Amino acid sequence: MSTAGVWGIIAALGVLTYLTRFVFIGIVGDRPLPPWLLRHLRYTGVAVLPGLVAPLVVWPEATGGTPDAARLLAAAVALGVGAWRRDVILAVVAGGLVMAGFSLL
Amino acid sequence: MQAVPSVFRSPFRKGLAAGFPFIVIIVPFGALFGVLAAEIGLPIAQIMGFSVLVIAGASQFTAVQLMADGVPAVVVVLSALAVNLRMVMYSAAMVPHLGSAPLWQRAIVSYLLVDQTYAISAEVFEEEPAWSVADKVAFFAGVAVPVFPGWVGATWAGAVLGAQVPEGWQLDFAMPLAFLALVGPMLKTRAHVAAAFVSVVAALLFAWVPWNLGLIIAACLALLTGAEVERRS
Repeated sequence: MSTAGVWGIIAALGVLTYLTRFVFIGIVGDRPLPPWLLRHLRYTGVAVLPGLVAPLVVWPEATGGTPDAARLLAAAVALGVGAWRRDVILAVVAGGLVMAGFSLL
Repeated sequence: MQAVPSVFRSPFRKGLAAGFPFIVIIVPFGALFGVLAAEIGLPIAQIMGFSVLVIAGASQFTAVQLMADGVPAVVVVLSALAVNLRMVMYSAAMVPHLGSAPLWQRAIVSYLLVDQTYAISAEVFEEEPAWSVADKVAFFAGVAVPVFPGWVGATWAGAVLGAQVPEGWQLDFAMPLAFLALVGPMLKTRAHVAAAFVSVVAALLFAWVPWNLGLIIAACLALLTGAEVERRS
């Protein structure tokens, strides 16, 4: 791909991604949102992030798409520790330690 | 609150304190992007262009991967953009908290609205109903102060030092881990757990849908599930 082509991708993706972030806070601003919409928006994080990572955990590219015990266990530990201790950093460290432990084996 | 040192009591400083530990997550994630982008032969300026102008890790990985596969530019952009459609939902979720801030502040918040700044802020804003809009903007800014330079700096380090990352480190898991760790603390009620469960199952079932639109389908089904479980309980 040409240099200009790559810059075109970066610019287009940059502008469009900015618009996804700006569309509500920037354009809707402080007009009140209906309660039914707010009820749905409360679940934004839990609706998006688990689905984003699920295929990466179950079919990791690094193993050619074959499920891998280390990644599955590390994922379960990160999720479990995060839910239990309510601490994102602790969750990352716990999951990372499981991965590190497996790579030492 | 008494245990918190007094320097961390202003919303901005609370934001700094909340955002700073995220360096642990952001740095491997950003470094991984730098390494992969350098591996497919992108020059440093373009690698930094991605992390500064797009600032959305998962979509940057998607774009670089598809570029390496020789996919047409339009498809690269649309596919990576689909990964970022979740930002529309983050933006909407911030409206009740930040919608009445001055436009220039909302413009900057939009630029810095990434998974980590969203997740930390959304949680703390729910816990601090007494905060004014200015307090909330200050908190958000505090969170972004370590997160954004951490992302950009780690990208640069990864791009420059890339070839020296040891094989056994399995850096590829940095991205799933960064997101998984955010999810655990969000599982506060049955409705949240139900939404997360539907999100996982649907994302796996719809993984075949092109352009990453399977994720958007899964997210919508999960939102409906969470809201419905909440309405019934």
